[in-house]
Amino acid sequence: MTMNRQETEQLIQEVLEVYPEATGKQRAKHLMANDPTLEKSNKCIVANKKALPGVMTARGCAYAGAKGVVWGPVKDVVNISHGPVGCGQFSRAGRRNYITGHSGVNVFGDMNFTSDFQEKDVVFGGDKKLAKLISEIDTLFPLAKGVTVQSECPIGLIGDDIEAVAKKSAREIGKAVVPVRCEGFRGVSQSLGHHVANDSLRDWVLHNRDEDNSFESTPYDVAITGDYNIGGDAWSSRVLMEEIGLRVIAQWSGDGSIPEMESTRHAKLNLLHCYRSMNYISRHLEEKYGIPYMEYNFFGPTKIAESLRKIASFFDDTIKENAERVIARHQPVMDAIIAKYRPRLEGKRVMLFVGGLRPRHVIGAYEDLGMEIIGAGYEFAHNDDYDRTFKEVQDGALIYDDATSFELESFVERLKPDLIGSGIKEKYVFHKMGIPFRQMHSWDYSGPYHGYDGFAIFARDMDMTINNPCWKNLQAPWKRGGTEALESAAA
Amino acid sequence: MPNVMLRNNAAGQLVLYITKKDHEETVVALEHSGPGAWGGEMQLSDGSRFYLEPLEQTPKLPLTVRVKRL
Repeated sequence: MTMNRQETEQLIQEVLEVYPEATGKQRAKHLMANDPTLEKSNKCIVANKKALPGVMTARGCAYAGAKGVVWGPVKDVVNISHGPVGCGQFSRAGRRNYITGHSGVNVFGDMNFTSDFQEKDVVFGGDKKLAKLISEIDTLFPLAKGVTVQSECPIGLIGDDIEAVAKKSAREIGKAVVPVRCEGFRGVSQSLGHHVANDSLRDWVLHNRDEDNSFESTPYDVAITGDYNIGGDAWSSRVLMEEIGLRVIAQWSGDGSIPEMESTRHAKLNLLHCYRSMNYISRHLEEKYGIPYMEYNFFGPTKIAESLRKIASFFDDTIKENAERVIARHQPVMDAIIAKYRPRLEGKRVMLFVGGLRPRHVIGAYEDLGMEIIGAGYEFAHNDDYDRTFKEVQDGALIYDDATSFELESFVERLKPDLIGSGIKEKYVFHKMGIPFRQMHSWDYSGPYHGYDGFAIFARDMDMTINNPCWKNLQAPWKRGGTEALESAAA
Repeated sequence: MPNVMLRNNAAGQLVLYITKKDHEETVVALEHSGPGAWGGEMQLSDGSRFYLEPLEQTPKLPLTVRVKRL
């Protein structure tokens, strides 16, 4: 059942009826029926606005965006969660940003460092403790290339001067010490955390080696930004870049490192995967170092081929030919995968509610498998994300911004999709409703999903989830009706 | 007086990006674009207008500048 725009609008009205008038009015602005002809989204959908009190939102905080998303995957820095212990512990290694190295020796991504604020630190300030902590870290982990101070809420509230501590400590230990003002109460969602973290990279890291020209660059140097190596995503993207003859000199920030970031300025092209979380630094790289950025999409063979051609168009004919050769080499494998899974997945209807880039980027991969997207929405997108989304989604599909748990459940009850792709907060609710579900933030403990290698895993995972026999057995036998059910219950 | 970044998009249009608001809009009309002066009043596709103190030369984009909201 595909709905047209009018039916979708009506569905939205019906779901909103339950709210008090003022709330309903506010929420109506965040929901719409898709119109692929729209160029600009700001007339028809409101995004990046504070969630209303009393509704259950799936959003995170600025700290989640800065520490969890942008800084967390950088492998050779020690990220200090500056404040009480919980924020750091519960955001530790949860996104499965894979890294290479020896944990605690030269990589620190899966460890939790915190200043463990107590009452006395709130009363007397935590600057001294922080300075001590940084010098202790330098003693215990001499191979760390830098230290970041990820502020938790109390730091902003008590007015600690972490910038001063960072400057002093940086001189003392001779490494980058980055203060990140990502207190959780800032902004409306994790999106501001991305921005804050990008700005801290710009102000405290990027220019550190501007005088050092020992790096030998080639005309084929590129940087991958906005790929957090979830389940190995950046690696399966990187091999494709290398296959077409480019040299990846920096990964931002999945499996990335401080020296890579400092030498990013030698890149000839900046390949941007997650526009939402890294457009800020990309704009800066373009302005300061003249590195153009290009958005690409490595989900599903159609989009990969499109993106590889677009990437190659920035380089000479060798790269262009290489790109064609690589696409041709992988095509038979992809065709075999599609031939295997498409019959099992054809026509299945999918609803997506994720963050960042996924609600628009994964659509190509689903469509390669013959599946249909009937609803898409972001937790924390801005209007520029919706500008990019409308073209990808079919006419009349439901678009929801920062959907509340009530709205999402009501939409699912009415639309009855065959698969939902969303986060861990939604996962078990929909499992209990008996609807196949994939956790699309960290690929449900699977992955990678990027690149040709990733598509094979993606297709298998979607088949494994949708065609799993367990969904039929969620209802008790005596509730299924029919004599057969009664007999089996009696036996 | 917001800080904005001016750049050309892939289609070659001049776009204005308001950093703080994370808002990007195409510039539909620019008062001075010729040699000798570049800037002045800018009309954006959403109807809003900004004023950039005219620069003497056509700048190398992208460029971060302070503009006045009109």
